[in-house]
Amino acid sequence: MTAHSPSLDALDRSIVAATQGGLPLVTRPFAEVARAVGASEAEVIARFRQMHYSGVVRRIAAVPNHYALGLRANGMTVWDVDDAAVGELGRNVGALAFVTHCYRRPRREGWPYNLFAMVHGATREEVETKADAIGKLIGAACRASEILYSTRILKKTGFRLSA
Amino acid sequence: MKPALDTTDRALVNRLQDGLPLVPEPFAAVAAELGLAEDDVLARLARLTALGVLSRVGPMYNAARFGGGLSLCAMAVPADRFEAVAALVNAFPEVAHNYARDHRLNMWFVLATESEADIDRTIREIESLTDIKVLNLPKLEEYFIGLKVDA
Repeated sequence: MTAHSPSLDALDRSIVAATQGGLPLVTRPFAEVARAVGASEAEVIARFRQMHYSGVVRRIAAVPNHYALGLRANGMTVWDVDDAAVGELGRNVGALAFVTHCYRRPRREGWPYNLFAMVHGATREEVETKADAIGKLIGAACRASEILYSTRILKKTGFRLSA
Repeated sequence: MKPALDTTDRALVNRLQDGLPLVPEPFAAVAAELGLAEDDVLARLARLTALGVLSRVGPMYNAARFGGGLSLCAMAVPADRFEAVAALVNAFPEVAHNYARDHRLNMWFVLATESEADIDRTIREIESLTDIKVLNLPKLEEYFIGLKVDA
């Protein structure tokens, strides 16, 4: 992972700090960011292009609030999937429109699950219907699964970047 | 109480899940694609943000690519100690979010640290403060991140 870590210079970091809370909703948002960080609009766009290319920026997008969309049931579905099949099946699960995050993670003692897919729904029944669809997609490669519902947000600050 | 999203709002939210183009006037470009006026797009985004339907419109940063450490961790906390342990864990600035879940492993938090080595150090500190084992479940592979709303 470290081998792929791009190095961010001071301007990149200023741009990140200035836009972590979102872009200004104006005709030329990058020009406004540029004014805030003391660079040109073209430079800010070029830096975003580079950070997107290196994977620091996934994309510039609308970030929905699941709760405000009426999706109050948040289920972390976890699956024990055959290691030989998990890459291909993970990509299929991640491609489902209702799966918001999909990761492969290591198994641990007492924790056999290596595939995680986050599913939101208005109710737990809705989450279960979606989990069933994931289960059908994984098929025989799945040995066990569970749904862990969130019951409370204990902390949510997002990550912080030291400038 | 679900805020009313009309079909245009939904089309706009879905379109913006795929990413805003890196051009000087990105909202005008999206508006043109959707057959809307730029003013309308900006007004809708401002309204959806104010309503809380959108947390924000902006870059989605991949914290793992900043060269620091990032991991999902889980603990099985005895019910009678839950609040006290939550306070201890949340006090770490490295803990970015923390969720209670209805499972034997009932506390799930994300660590975001300046360096990879800080993940192990933070986990050891949490374990010694709480005397509870922390499962370290870093991402090995990522398959997708996003959300579509019904159009």
